[in-house]
Amino acid sequence: MSQPAAEFRFAVNVTPKPGILDPQGRAVEQSLPHLGLSSVSAVRVGRRVELTVAVPNETEARAVVDHLARELLSNPLIEVYGIELLGATSSTVSSVVAPMPPDAAGPEVAS
Amino acid sequence: MSVRVGVVVFPGSNRDVDALRALELAGAEPVSLWHESADLQGVAAIVLPGGFAYGDYLRAGAIARFSPAMRAVSAFAAAAGLVLGICNGFQVLAEAGLVPGALLRNRSLRFVCRQVTIAPERLDTPFTRAIGERRPLRMPVAHGEGCYYADEATLDALERDGQVLFRYVDDDGSPALDPDDRANPNGSLRGIAGVMNAAGNVAGLMPHPETAVEALLGSDDGLLIIRSLVESAGERLAAGRPTAVGAR
Repeated sequence: MSQPAAEFRFAVNVTPKPGILDPQGRAVEQSLPHLGLSSVSAVRVGRRVELTVAVPNETEARAVVDHLARELLSNPLIEVYGIELLGATSSTVSSVVAPMPPDAAGPEVAS
Repeated sequence: MSVRVGVVVFPGSNRDVDALRALELAGAEPVSLWHESADLQGVAAIVLPGGFAYGDYLRAGAIARFSPAMRAVSAFAAAAGLVLGICNGFQVLAEAGLVPGALLRNRSLRFVCRQVTIAPERLDTPFTRAIGERRPLRMPVAHGEGCYYADEATLDALERDGQVLFRYVDDDGSPALDPDDRANPNGSLRGIAGVMNAAGNVAGLMPHPETAVEALLGSDDGLLIIRSLVESAGERLAAGRPTAVGAR
């Protein structure tokens, strides 16, 4: 493999599937009146996992993250996930070669 | 010769000793199986105990699923071996896809630790055959994520195919089908406390039969479930059905 390895930083956002009971979200929502807020609704609480993948290109990196998100980070019966590319670094020059704002790629919602 | 039944010990398991003792009381020779080993030591049945395997990080049961022991348990289950998951063990089985559905955070958001009453839906399974006339059964629950969930179509199929093994019931024995029923400790859909796979050799339940094995300590109703497993395993052994071997 002549292609130099690069490091890709991702975030995987896992949230309860629409329609699935989310007691945490409901608890947060029930606290809103204490803050005097009536404009906020439909609170859903999930989790965010950030990780770095070292492979030659972004396509491979995304495939790895997608596999991981599906198999381990989320349970497809009850959760959905989105993958965000946070940035990429070439390990050979160890500098940021393609910095990307968190929302540049836009969240992808799978399953 | 007594039947050897294994209990998988994960880092964070805490009811493994109770399970080993319950199996002994039910007449089996209990065997501890370490999570890092895929060698099931020739046991005739397996119990996945309660606790917080791998700290329950990510989701309860999610990480335990990928352990060498669980890969061996999956192969054992695929070869028709008997597997009973209790509480965290049920969560591990659900995460591994060995039983249908998922266990969500309790509807109340509270960790529930109290006696509950459950009733078997069937008495002709390897997990309920010794229950006989004694029902409903009283035993404890102790969990934060025990709210049984599956989509409506799956729930209908489970009921149709007889895969619902236990439901939470009121003191008068009527099922606590409503998630908000007081007798339903965690908001489980249709009051489901335990389910079985389609083949009928893998079952999971949230209540703890292994800690209700002595009348002196409040109830020995759980022993009937443990005894069902041991009897079934012994029968399979006598009939020459394959037992677990070292996996792979």
